[in-house]
Amino acid sequence: MSETINLKLKVWRQKNTSAKGRFEIYDMPGVSTHMSFLEMMDVLNDKLIRGGQEPVAFDHDCREGICGMCSMFINGRAHGPLRGTTACQLHMRHFQDGETITIEPWRANAFPVIRDLVVDRSAFDKIIQAGGFVSVNTGNAPDANSIPVEKHKAEESFDAAACIGCGACVASCKNSSAMLFLSAKVSQLALLPQGDPERKVRVLKMVQAHDEAGFGSCTNIGACEAKCPKNISIAHIARLNKEYLRASLARD
Amino acid sequence: MNTLNSKIPDGSIENKWTRYKSTVRLVNPSNKRRIEVLVIGSGLAGASAAASLAELGYNVKCFCFQDSPRRAHSIAAQGGINAAKNYSNDGDSVYRLFYDTVKGGDFRSREANVYRLAEVSANIIDQCVAQGVPFAREYGGLLDNRSFGGVQVSRTFYARGQTGQQLLLGAYSALSRQIAKGQVKMYNRHEMQELVIVDGKASGIITRNLVTGELERFSGHSVVLATGGYGNVFYLSTNAMGSNTTAIWKAYRKGAFFANPCYTQIHPTCIPVSGDYQSKLTLMSESLRNDGRVWVPKAQHDKRKPREIPDQERDYYLERKYPAYGNLVPRDVASRAAKQVCDEGRGVGPSGLAVYLDFRDAIQRLGRHVISERYGNLFEMYEKITGEDPYQTPMRIYPAVHYTMGGLWVDYNLMTTIPGLYALGECNFSDHGANRLGASALMQGLADGYFIIPYTIGAYLADDIRVQVTPTDHPAFQEAENSVRGRIDKLMNVKGSQPVEELHKKLGKILWEYCGMARNEQGLNKALAEIKLLKEEFWKEVKIPGGTNEFNPELDKAGRVADFIELGELMVLDALHRKESCGCHFREESQTAEGEAKRDDNTFSYVAAWEFKGDGSEPALNKEALEFEVVHLAQRSYK
Repeated sequence: MSETINLKLKVWRQKNTSAKGRFEIYDMPGVSTHMSFLEMMDVLNDKLIRGGQEPVAFDHDCREGICGMCSMFINGRAHGPLRGTTACQLHMRHFQDGETITIEPWRANAFPVIRDLVVDRSAFDKIIQAGGFVSVNTGNAPDANSIPVEKHKAEESFDAAACIGCGACVASCKNSSAMLFLSAKVSQLALLPQGDPERKVRVLKMVQAHDEAGFGSCTNIGACEAKCPKNISIAHIARLNKEYLRASLARD
Repeated sequence: MNTLNSKIPDGSIENKWTRYKSTVRLVNPSNKRRIEVLVIGSGLAGASAAASLAELGYNVKCFCFQDSPRRAHSIAAQGGINAAKNYSNDGDSVYRLFYDTVKGGDFRSREANVYRLAEVSANIIDQCVAQGVPFAREYGGLLDNRSFGGVQVSRTFYARGQTGQQLLLGAYSALSRQIAKGQVKMYNRHEMQELVIVDGKASGIITRNLVTGELERFSGHSVVLATGGYGNVFYLSTNAMGSNTTAIWKAYRKGAFFANPCYTQIHPTCIPVSGDYQSKLTLMSESLRNDGRVWVPKAQHDKRKPREIPDQERDYYLERKYPAYGNLVPRDVASRAAKQVCDEGRGVGPSGLAVYLDFRDAIQRLGRHVISERYGNLFEMYEKITGEDPYQTPMRIYPAVHYTMGGLWVDYNLMTTIPGLYALGECNFSDHGANRLGASALMQGLADGYFIIPYTIGAYLADDIRVQVTPTDHPAFQEAENSVRGRIDKLMNVKGSQPVEELHKKLGKILWEYCGMARNEQGLNKALAEIKLLKEEFWKEVKIPGGTNEFNPELDKAGRVADFIELGELMVLDALHRKESCGCHFREESQTAEGEAKRDDNTFSYVAAWEFKGDGSEPALNKEALEFEVVHLAQRSYK
């Protein structure tokens, strides 16, 4: 495989939330295939800055796939072509010489664009604030080994807890639903004895916050699971539905 | 020579914290409602502090530069968190964790603080489990442990290779609960730009709203900094791109002493640099050294594929040099050993700056599924970055900047030399001496935030119950805001020709070359001269596109890099003055016959706390003598 490739980038540019956006095309010759996607964006920005143009704004921080900050819709897919991979961990060896790559921000009503590829995801924080916690104050906890947890449940709970809150699920869903994100937190806590006392009220409040934030409903397409960089399973949405039903019936 | 009062309580080391807690002044619940605390940073230390203080009834405002508090860089910690639970029945105790930490830090940390850290470590695990953190468990349902470098017990709790993520999300959930209650007001995408001091006390901050560019004033009875480490001063590090020194640097310039700035940890197991475009380095958790064996070819410049090199032609140099600890020697020792074999021309990979971390034997012994269960996500991460499968071929690793033990000087209360200003977690200097042991950063961040600051801050705030917060139209706020605005305008008006990143890379190269894994007087003097030139170059050449009153990441970066340059100078000064080797600070002039770090306890058994004396003046050196009442000072040995 050749060590460098020539690319064209078709990038969404938008000055701010209220401005009208448009695509711009940039030539990117000689891209090393060992670069990460974001490093390629760095090279583009370096060129733009030196040329007196404004660089492309994009969110990024840890660059190792865990902070959930990066959020690019690459060639029509959240985080690009690879399964289970964030944009920051995507490397250029997965692209072809001569290819045109289209880069857009997450598109969802609940995630307004701040600038270029940067969106506002504070709606996710609101969902967690509605009930994505165990109400335990610091200092009240019993010994950690006083409550055993079945290994397989702890593992499954971890699988859900691995969500990085990036929003790829919302960006991939034709209804802009955040059900995968929401269900991951509900499921994590529903599987653990520590989450049990608030199980009912949690799911009701979080679903309400989800709907109020302007996310759409889930119609079981599964695009969220397919594009989740942490491979969170839609089985958690099934558990969420069960939890919700149980809580609704038991409420009165 | 003890010019700094560390306020260590009296009594035997086992009783200090217990006594302190039962005698410290308290703020009664109705008075807490009148008190405002500003917490800067939302990582493990910041989020746990903000949540715990809010639970007590204080009014908290919390700030982070990311788009959500859940993204703070604590999230990237992989391997685990230490606690003296002795669940493994292998002889662990509070004393042993304390001793290992002091020894691991090469006897350059403060005993009383470290003991307290070991003491509260067990509570942290309890707290996190209660929050629903899904730690790894045994089949019987109880918590599992593993080993980390520099110790001979298994005391590390973990959640696969994502322990930091799970702990941070736990703290974030506690914080979110308080945000929902209105007890914490959260400010995302806000960066602290200046500290406001009124009557000698920390009384507020100026922030920049990173979306609108607007400068905002916030007033509080106390300011708690929990802003993480400054490893990005080297440009390439395992830190997140946004991690920076700005908040603590502003505090330093306002009078908070900066302790041991030269103590920077170079982590032995990172993925090697692959090209000039490289923006950051990725850590491969130290936990991998539980099962992976580190080696290089015995012969120089051996270009064979690793699997073609038979065992007798391999040098498992850590096992050879340190039979007692083998691959699990502390980080500073492992990093230097890797540098040595590469300097000898035995490094591997295209650059020759890498060693192998090989899982062949562990896979044969335990089976692929066990290795996959333990390290699956790390193996995947490695394959994504390098395109190589570590189940088939050994990983290539090389040391990289990872953590900074130095930071703002704090007393036993975690208060800096500015009254009312606290520093928690990685941004203070207190617990790790000259080298941090693996899985101790998470422990310290959460200890400071959950279990220490809630007690110690009361001692200060008890005097403030009748005092209103300073109004934000006070002249001190005006002046601070003006100075921030002046600096931003100055940056924007340079209109030079070099992007911020280029200047940052230059700084990183100087520091890595002369103030990295090995340091000597000549090199450090050279670094000092080069950094001075770079500072001039920066203020003549930096090119920042865009405007001031808008979302402008290049402007954010420029401010951070300007501060990094000043910090770099201080690091070099500190490294130059400390003529001994200790932990991660390896002065080539001071080594044993075997090439190990040689301390000089008679001269350097102190914390170097630097005091800002104005631009263009040398900072003043203050010393806190380190007195060891419990631990016997000895040359570290891991053989």
